[in-house]
Amino acid sequence: MLDLATTLTMAAVLAGTPLLLGALGEILTERSGNLNLGVEGMMFMGAITGLLGSFLYEQTMVSAGIEAVGFVSALVALVMSFAAGAFGALLYGFLTITLRANQNVTGLVLTIFGTGFANFFGEYAGLKAGGYVAVSSVTKSAFAPLHIPVLSDLPVLGPLLFEYNWMVYFALVVAIVMAVFLFKTRFGLKLRSVGEDPAAADAAGISVSKYRYLATIIGGGICGTGGMYMSMVTTSGVWVHGCVAGYGWLAVALVIFATWSPVRGVLVAAIFGGLMILRMYISIPGLPIQIYEMLPYLATILVLIITSVRQSRKHAMPAGTGLNYFREDRE
Amino acid sequence: MSLKRAEKKEPLIRMVKRDDVSPRRAWAYRGIAFVLALITGGLLILALGHNPLLVYRDMVVGAWGSPTVIRETVKLTVPLLVTALALGLAFRMKFWNIGGEGQIMVGAIAAGAFGFFTADIFPSPLLITLMLAAGMLAGGIYGFIPAYFKANWNTNETLFTLMLNYVALALIKFLMNGPWKASGSSFPKMPMLAPAARLQQVLGVHWGWILALVLVVAAWFYFNKTKHGFEVSIVGNSRDTARYAGINVKRVIMRTMFISGALCGLVGVLQFAGTDYTITEGITGYVGFTAIIVAWLAKMNPYGMVVVSVFMAMLERGSNTIHTIYKIPASASNLLIGIIFFFMLGCEFFIRYRIVFRGRTPAVPVELTGNTGIMPASAASPFELSESEEAGNA
Repeated sequence: MLDLATTLTMAAVLAGTPLLLGALGEILTERSGNLNLGVEGMMFMGAITGLLGSFLYEQTMVSAGIEAVGFVSALVALVMSFAAGAFGALLYGFLTITLRANQNVTGLVLTIFGTGFANFFGEYAGLKAGGYVAVSSVTKSAFAPLHIPVLSDLPVLGPLLFEYNWMVYFALVVAIVMAVFLFKTRFGLKLRSVGEDPAAADAAGISVSKYRYLATIIGGGICGTGGMYMSMVTTSGVWVHGCVAGYGWLAVALVIFATWSPVRGVLVAAIFGGLMILRMYISIPGLPIQIYEMLPYLATILVLIITSVRQSRKHAMPAGTGLNYFREDRE
Repeated sequence: MSLKRAEKKEPLIRMVKRDDVSPRRAWAYRGIAFVLALITGGLLILALGHNPLLVYRDMVVGAWGSPTVIRETVKLTVPLLVTALALGLAFRMKFWNIGGEGQIMVGAIAAGAFGFFTADIFPSPLLITLMLAAGMLAGGIYGFIPAYFKANWNTNETLFTLMLNYVALALIKFLMNGPWKASGSSFPKMPMLAPAARLQQVLGVHWGWILALVLVVAAWFYFNKTKHGFEVSIVGNSRDTARYAGINVKRVIMRTMFISGALCGLVGVLQFAGTDYTITEGITGYVGFTAIIVAWLAKMNPYGMVVVSVFMAMLERGSNTIHTIYKIPASASNLLIGIIFFFMLGCEFFIRYRIVFRGRTPAVPVELTGNTGIMPASAASPFELSESEEAGNA
């Protein structure tokens, strides 16, 4: 029983990590007042560029006759996926912040663009590589579960806490840093005020555009690394057509469920991850597995309804999110 | 403060709202944006080692070159167009119905309840009528649910409708794997629809295309000539104004979303009984999302939606052709759609605003606006509907 619980928790954490990264990126973005529905697209962009980055690095090393280093390869993947997500977010930011295009529509276009971008280059690179794109075992081992001396050997706690791949810890660090930034620093306070009431923030001398750009771009980069997790860990470094498939949208749901808090996001990501893998481990008679799939979304709807009925400002979306800010149209 | 310092404080680039947007200039700008998008896409094609002009030509030929492909293009246009009409109705009210996908799916499921199980009982016309009615009712209810919460508690409809898409998707998967699984199939899939329940073809395409054209005219009429349409646009402009005018805002929201959802449900039936003859996870073909962009770029104008949806269908169809000819991955259509729409979204800004560089006062045509030139151009006519209402979202 204890073994099953440990296995389940580990699987839940592994499945929840890409969701967490996507959601963290979106939390930062939405806190600044941009409702970027392009998470799926940015994750797709991160997934392909991360994978291709590692792949090309390995190819270059091989042709130069030098042995590829797993750590460097992983770093390349991280940087490339962050850059790709940030680039998608930059497009979104330029259109919505500077050119004042509608946020929902722009986000959806970004999703379509990103999906096309990833599948296009994935297929194209596959053709060039003669079949499919896959990284070598050097890179794969860089994304394998870690083994930390002493800590990983602890009974129960060892495998439960200290035997994940490095991306899991990376996501946790991002969550904590973001929580501290948002709620304990002056810049975080300013960012939140831009999301809640851009007109008031503007009057207080805060540059709304600057904060929105920065938060959106960095948020997009974080989403991109979440996508990279999908292609490097979930599919073990092989490009699978459409591999992000819906994770980006689930990340958007997660943001709501976590009520725009990075720390709660960690918990909710584990729960969502658990719901997704539960069906492989436990079957409850009379409850078909597809109903499990509904649960995260139904739960999210419930949160939406409850927070709106209770008019809870603390747990609701930042008031300025979804609306562009034009100084000259201020009322 | 000296004048010099004040001048220094003036930003290098300023955006000034245009007073008058002539349709001719607006279309010229859109044309330029479109050409720029094609050039950007062309550079990509060039980088892949193909001649962009030839590839573009083959895309057009692939969509319109023969009666067979024209039929395929029309088949792709119908669901896109009807969904755009449905979503456009909600968008006019500033209700962000992103749930087209889900509404289409439940429409197909409800039609499936009759199509799969009562095909032997009812005669064909009655059966199809029942399927249409059930699909529209189911889609309508699915659209009504988030509207009910929006009307009463202002629950965020963007996220609500989005989540409902995935609930519907899981429902289809559930039916496909369990209760509605085709007998004798080892693979999870639903049975094929009995011939009696399929839609008749007119000129090689199911009659949904005629219905779609009728709906375009009907939607234009509903938007512009009926009390309902008027109420929708008033609620969209300002809920408070609508309330002062004695409009029952809650009822308008719920009624409009029921209609919007019902039209999406209709799309589900058309796809199910007209083209797919079965229900899969891919029944929507993603139109619930793409139609949002269609409706938006057409500025909620039904006739504009015809143009944009035909164009979009052409891109999709053409991508298949260039995939076969040039081995360019078919995902190129999404990439190209993305590029074109980024440009189209961006160009709307240059239609509505003009850019003024530091030190150059915007020339205000005095005789046209009656503006003294002292007031900024954007403050010229306080009574016109704020442009931001069009640009922002509720």
